[in-house]
Amino acid sequence: MKSCLVVDDSKVIRKVARRILEELQFEIGEAVDGKDALDQCIAKMPDVVLLDWNMPVMNGLEFLVALRSQTGVKQPIVVFCTTENDMAHIRQAIEAGADEYIMKPFDREIIEAKFNQVGLL
Amino acid sequence: MRTEDFTFLAEALKQRSGLMLTADKVYLLESRLTPLARKRGLDTLDALIQKLRISRDEALWKDVTEAMTTNESFFFRDTTPFDLFRNHVLPGMLKARAATKRLRIWCAAASTGQEPYSLAIILKENAAKLAGWNVEIVGTDICTQVLEKARAGTYSQFEVQRGLPIQMLIKYFRQDGDVWRINDDIRSMVSYRPFNLLQSFAGMGTFDVIYCRNVLIYFDQPTKRDVLDRMRRVLGNDGALFLGAAETVLGITDAFRPVRGQRGLYVPSDGTSEQLMGL
Ligand SMILES: [Mg+2]
Repeated sequence: MKSCLVVDDSKVIRKVARRILEELQFEIGEAVDGKDALDQCIAKMPDVVLLDWNMPVMNGLEFLVALRSQTGVKQPIVVFCTTENDMAHIRQAIEAGADEYIMKPFDREIIEAKFNQVGLL
Repeated sequence: MRTEDFTFLAEALKQRSGLMLTADKVYLLESRLTPLARKRGLDTLDALIQKLRISRDEALWKDVTEAMTTNESFFFRDTTPFDLFRNHVLPGMLKARAATKRLRIWCAAASTGQEPYSLAIILKENAAKLAGWNVEIVGTDICTQVLEKARAGTYSQFEVQRGLPIQMLIKYFRQDGDVWRINDDIRSMVSYRPFNLLQSFAGMGTFDVIYCRNVLIYFDQPTKRDVLDRMRRVLGNDGALFLGAAETVLGITDAFRPVRGQRGLYVPSDGTSEQLMGL
């Protein structure tokens, strides 16, 4: 079973994402901000991170940069999942090392399509 | 819905578009025609059916046919038909058509354009190998409304997230308010025209590749055979035919045979496509 860390400051979003991803046979962890996510990744690297952008303490992009600078670890696939839906944000995320990008609102089909594209399904 | 109303609509639709509606598709009629009834200022689907029974309102019939034949579409839908095109069909054609440098592709159920544009994107990514080639993608659909959308090349945020890798969104689309607009160099690679598959294919010319996905399922057996046999006659002997995941030629026609292990790909039975495509 592949593991997915769902990082979002919204409890509702984490719950929706968890339900969809559990149906897709992922083992789910949750983090409430970038700092929380980074701590969890250092302790145990997941296979994939579903990542919100706007969060308190440490935002998604800051987390991604910190994650990608970690050496000697197996880097997870990172899929952004955010309300930021303009080309500038998308480019910035991909340049920082995101593998895919989901613009909210999302549904099961979109998650499935995107996870498929990065070879997770 | 009353049985006689269902029968009336089903028979009329079959005659006009080849669409086969089995009794389990009542929900489809109701869900697609009720909004149309309201749009036409009618209170109920019953009122719409009564109107269809007594009048020969061709415009109304056209709307009904279009509402019933519209298919949902995604970019790179089902993945495999596009991987096969990229990795086998296109390399084969690059060899086979090296002298004429001409490639013609027909998307016979183009709907809102995602399929032809997905192919256009693949061709664009192989532009270096196709320098000096004359490549044509023809997108046809019975529904003129979906073709308008296809021609416009604009898609909602939802639509560009179904099947389209983010790198391709960045590369081939630009944001225009609420919609995503496909770049003109991709858009101009496809020409669209309304076309009913029950019509003669004379005037379509010949093709190297045909995509006809998720439309035969709506036809009865003789219509399926007729369409496939006529497609064989406009397809090169070394060409390729893609059908939908739930469709097949088996038990319908001997004009094509499936390529073993390659779901959705069919080749002329008497042809040479497999060697060419390395399958
Ligand atoms: Mg947030």
